[in-house]
Amino acid sequence: MSRLENTFNNKNKNLLNVYFTAGFPALDDTETIIRSLSENGVDVIEVGMPYSDPMADGPTIQQSGMQALENGMSVAILFSQLKKIRNQVDTPLVLMGYFNQVMQFGEEVFLARCQEVGVDGLILPDLPLSVYEAEYQDLFKKYDLAPIFLITPQTSEERIRKIDQLSKGFIYVVSSAAITGNSKEISPEQLAYFERIENMNLRLPRMIGFGISDHQSFSTACKYADGAIIGSAFIRALENGKEDLDKTIKTFVKGIRNN
Amino acid sequence: MISISEEGYYGRFGGAFIPEMLHPNVEEIRKTYVEMIKDEAFQKQFRQLLRDYVGRPTPLFLAERLSEKYETNIYLKREDLCHTGAHKVNNTIGQILLAQRLGKKRIIAETGAGQHGVATATVCALMGLPCVVYMGAVDIERQQPNVSRMKMLGAEVRPATSGSQTLKDATNEAIRDWINNPEDTHYIIGSVVGPHPYPDMVARFQSVISEEIKWQLEAATGKSNPDLIIACVGGGSNAAGAFYHYLNEDNVRLIAVEASGLGVDSGESAATSVLGTEGIIHGSRTLLMQTPDGQIIEPYSISAGLDYPGIGPMHAHLIQSGRAEAVHITDREALAAAYDLSKREGIIPALETAHAFAALEKIAYQKSDVIVINLSGRGDKDLDTYIKHFEEFNE
Repeated sequence: MSRLENTFNNKNKNLLNVYFTAGFPALDDTETIIRSLSENGVDVIEVGMPYSDPMADGPTIQQSGMQALENGMSVAILFSQLKKIRNQVDTPLVLMGYFNQVMQFGEEVFLARCQEVGVDGLILPDLPLSVYEAEYQDLFKKYDLAPIFLITPQTSEERIRKIDQLSKGFIYVVSSAAITGNSKEISPEQLAYFERIENMNLRLPRMIGFGISDHQSFSTACKYADGAIIGSAFIRALENGKEDLDKTIKTFVKGIRNN
Repeated sequence: MISISEEGYYGRFGGAFIPEMLHPNVEEIRKTYVEMIKDEAFQKQFRQLLRDYVGRPTPLFLAERLSEKYETNIYLKREDLCHTGAHKVNNTIGQILLAQRLGKKRIIAETGAGQHGVATATVCALMGLPCVVYMGAVDIERQQPNVSRMKMLGAEVRPATSGSQTLKDATNEAIRDWINNPEDTHYIIGSVVGPHPYPDMVARFQSVISEEIKWQLEAATGKSNPDLIIACVGGGSNAAGAFYHYLNEDNVRLIAVEASGLGVDSGESAATSVLGTEGIIHGSRTLLMQTPDGQIIEPYSISAGLDYPGIGPMHAHLIQSGRAEAVHITDREALAAAYDLSKREGIIPALETAHAFAALEKIAYQKSDVIVINLSGRGDKDLDTYIKHFEEFNE
């Protein structure tokens, strides 16, 4: 059984997925951040591959990506960093990036390398479901990688069912019509949407992301799903506490869990 | 045979590589646009607005003094005489009617040189819809007159401050706005770029250019096909319109003129067809300037409208398949062509368009050939740049 499946089999409440941009704040922080997130009990770690034109991301993640690229981060460097870390941590690792990065690395080479370094799943927001199904499904299976797709308040029920069939690991429930980093309070409309999805009795676990930034939004989201995903708020914490990453991460995760 | 597939591919280029957040919007447009374009009521309204509001048909003008200089027969398709001063309005008229059909209450757009922004602000004023135009902070500086025009037309101009702060970044910001406002907002893309069906839809709205060239040329010369059509290409909307009805007329040479900035190999260029490799930009698989790691490279051209690191998927296919010839023109060559056209024909072209004229120096043709140059826009917006370089080129 894969690490992702294991994680969701062992636990179905209050799962915490934390996103960070690889190469930020510094090029070599990847190892420290992953180890520390894992030690502090984060359930899934989402590693962002910095991209010049991240169209689904807000200013916080954009800026961390620009900084990471300036620091010299590349897909190849990230893979070699991940390979070293995989021996030390057992937490599932999910890579997030844009499809052009995969294309330029060579689709199959990229997926093979993911498996080799111990990546468990991939979130590629601009890889459309239809293209995945027609061209890449077999390769994802071959290299035992979980394709993780997004659903939004505008996604039709029919399409959600299809995403539930084609995805592995979990479904990424985008909390509102928004790019990342929006941290308004969760509205009644959003709660109605979370409930609607919950009542669909989907095959896969659901993780709610976008706009989850603190203990309150995390615990609200967790009432309607298996867990939640935090990105921009963590990037801001790293930015403000880069002098002592271990301490920063410990405090951050504790603050989200509130224990 | 040049055609687009059901999924929006020209050969290997095109498609819709968009995040799930945009799927319903793009799908809604895909399901609507063909039916709408075929609808008689739409056609009537579209044609009437093109005639009475835009001022179409635009003239096809025999440029005698220019023809004399180059010892051939040169006709100018006067898109610069469209209302708002460029071809861009053909598309915004079509798309504002689409937005109304979809019941959208708010319009967003990206702009480089500001011509598409002005054309969008214009149709929004006409239809009474609020309009937000994203424009790179660098472009806001170099195209001030158009910024003022957009404001006067009631649009809000929002600076894009990420990346190179030019057209690519304005497009990213517009896409993000659309993700944030999926239900009430229509995104009027200004070029033949973006996810399917935008490249095809914009090309169809612009195809009125070659539709008119056909009958105008027939009336002027007795044959409807020229030997060459020359148009500048940033994303490629004016070229798409000028080529459209000739795509499968193989005896018509299609010349796509790209901006090479300080020179193709200078590192400061926007010559996508030679510097680009296959990848994904703004939702479409096409040629783009990028690093081996897939990071998009910031382009450069003196002309804000050509300062784009990609090229529409139709043009990528035309150039790679050999159907179109790509020509590369530097900043200086474009400036020289602009000063020459101004004095020789009394027409001050947009900087973008000046690149198409400079191509006359670079291509082979026969004395008996009939050449159509798509004069895509007028140069009022570029006066500051022209005045700045005037002495150098006019001693």
